[in-house]
Amino acid sequence: MLSIAIVCVAMLFLLSAIHLVPGDPAGIALGPRATPEMREDFRIRMGLDKPFVVQYVRFLGNVVTGDLGVDVWSSRPVAGIIREQLPHTLALAFTGLGWAVILGIPLGCFSAVRQNSWLDRFVGIISVSAIAVPSFIIAIYSLLLFSVTLRWFPVLGAGDASIRYDQIWHLVLPSFAIGLGWVGYLARMVRASMLEVMGENHIRMARAYGLPARRITYVYALKLAILPTVALLGVGVGGLVSGAVFAEIVFARPGVGKLVYDAVVTRNYPIVMGGVLVTTVLYALCTLVSDLVAATLDPRVRQSL
Amino acid sequence: MASVELAAEIRREPRFAWLRALLRNPLGCVGLTMVVLIIFSAVAADLIAPYSYKALDVKARFSEPTMAHIFGTDNLGRDTFSRTLYGGRVALSVALIAVSMSLVVGVTLGMLAGYGPRRLDNFLLLIFDSVRAFPTIMFALAVITVVGPSINTVIGVVVITTVPGYARIARTQTLALKNTEFILAERALGAGTLRVMFSHIVPNVIAPLLILASMDIPVVITIEAGLSFLGMGVKPPTPSWGSILSDGYSFIRDTPWMVIAGGIPLIFTTVGFTFLGEALRDIFDPKLKKEG
Repeated sequence: MLSIAIVCVAMLFLLSAIHLVPGDPAGIALGPRATPEMREDFRIRMGLDKPFVVQYVRFLGNVVTGDLGVDVWSSRPVAGIIREQLPHTLALAFTGLGWAVILGIPLGCFSAVRQNSWLDRFVGIISVSAIAVPSFIIAIYSLLLFSVTLRWFPVLGAGDASIRYDQIWHLVLPSFAIGLGWVGYLARMVRASMLEVMGENHIRMARAYGLPARRITYVYALKLAILPTVALLGVGVGGLVSGAVFAEIVFARPGVGKLVYDAVVTRNYPIVMGGVLVTTVLYALCTLVSDLVAATLDPRVRQSL
Repeated sequence: MASVELAAEIRREPRFAWLRALLRNPLGCVGLTMVVLIIFSAVAADLIAPYSYKALDVKARFSEPTMAHIFGTDNLGRDTFSRTLYGGRVALSVALIAVSMSLVVGVTLGMLAGYGPRRLDNFLLLIFDSVRAFPTIMFALAVITVVGPSINTVIGVVVITTVPGYARIARTQTLALKNTEFILAERALGAGTLRVMFSHIVPNVIAPLLILASMDIPVVITIEAGLSFLGMGVKPPTPSWGSILSDGYSFIRDTPWMVIAGGIPLIFTTVGFTFLGEALRDIFDPKLKKEG
């Protein structure tokens, strides 16, 4: 409930920002050469002649019914355009998170088990750097190294659906670029919570029973230590959906980020609004889902709810 | 007299203890060195740069790194090394301005929320949460559509999106302090709200916020470079690491050097500030973890 309210207020900000700014949206969208009649027509078509409150309520009402307005140039419904692009972005975000899970969790585990060894320190430094370095640099450098110089991976686009594995092949580099930061996050999270769990009584108990160390680490400790990480993954999907914009532009992939970017360039603001709305709602939704998942996975949190 | 000197001595001790602790921390040491190098190269850009950032040398377009152009030249024959130096100036000043602005605004709003009436608190919290609901880059793109791209837009977007982080910490700390004895005593003595807030609460909430600020600097630099990379940040011919990368990206098949030269200082700076911020956090407040 609260998250719905938050999204509504966020949208109010966005709409009022468009309103408060000097200069009218019709003029911005149509450019300086538009005639007054064209501007008037545009204003009526986009509902800009109505008072602000009416516009806001209408916008929210339309959103609830799945209507995000129409594209300024092609007059196609924005919702349809976004629906076409969304699967590409979601695929990218989930694959990026896949990298993070495949690399980050084992790395965090290894460092926790070998705490304070050189391997632990090395992984620590690498994960901090991975978090710090902007994803678009990783994207450009991996494009330069693997696609332009070594030619191991395709350079641009999302691939051809009719060729087998082609789309997956096209996903490898961009998803790695956006996922690398999360590899670092997960490695640190898993390490920290593993260290915490390893000090707890039931692990000491298992040790005292003489269970093999490997079983203790990977079954009893990891099972508990993974919980906060799983909860974080939801936030990860939400963050990566919007973080994908750089990878989509660098690798010229279709997707919501690229769509919004192109719309900003052409000042096509129904698309910008729609894209921002969809990503914001997705972001809020993912955070909500991850809270719920955390609650169902961890009996201790479930009780506190 | 002796006791006064002694007191002064005791007080001076912990003031430099953090620096010593920082120098003992290997990661912090590396981070500090990197940060100092970057700041120096940006401040002294006029002295170090062999060329002006907009000097064209059309005959030497797409030059590889040579003695004359140690990072090579770009598509217009401008010296990439000089441009990265001046780009550092842009990145650091944007980061400094934006972070200090959000620090001031965030502390003020956070204290208001914590110290003011309940209704104001709820209202401000709703606003903070709504701002945080936006994914940063998407929010930036939306604002740019409306306001138009410029360096001020970048700073504005960064301030708006980072203020809630500071405000929330300031609010929590203020709530904890609000009913402590020294604040109650001060109020009983007749101190006004402003005096209580600015001379008693601020000194007590500022430390964790400064650490958060130092960890936000690389984030801000990333946003500036990212938006400039998209062509929506700093306007040409002012160099930014993002726009150097963007130019390099357009000519990536002609020469790899522009992309490499634009990216390395960016990696260097973000990693350096992050190492430094992490070390400072470990020293001052091991419990403070950045949210999200």
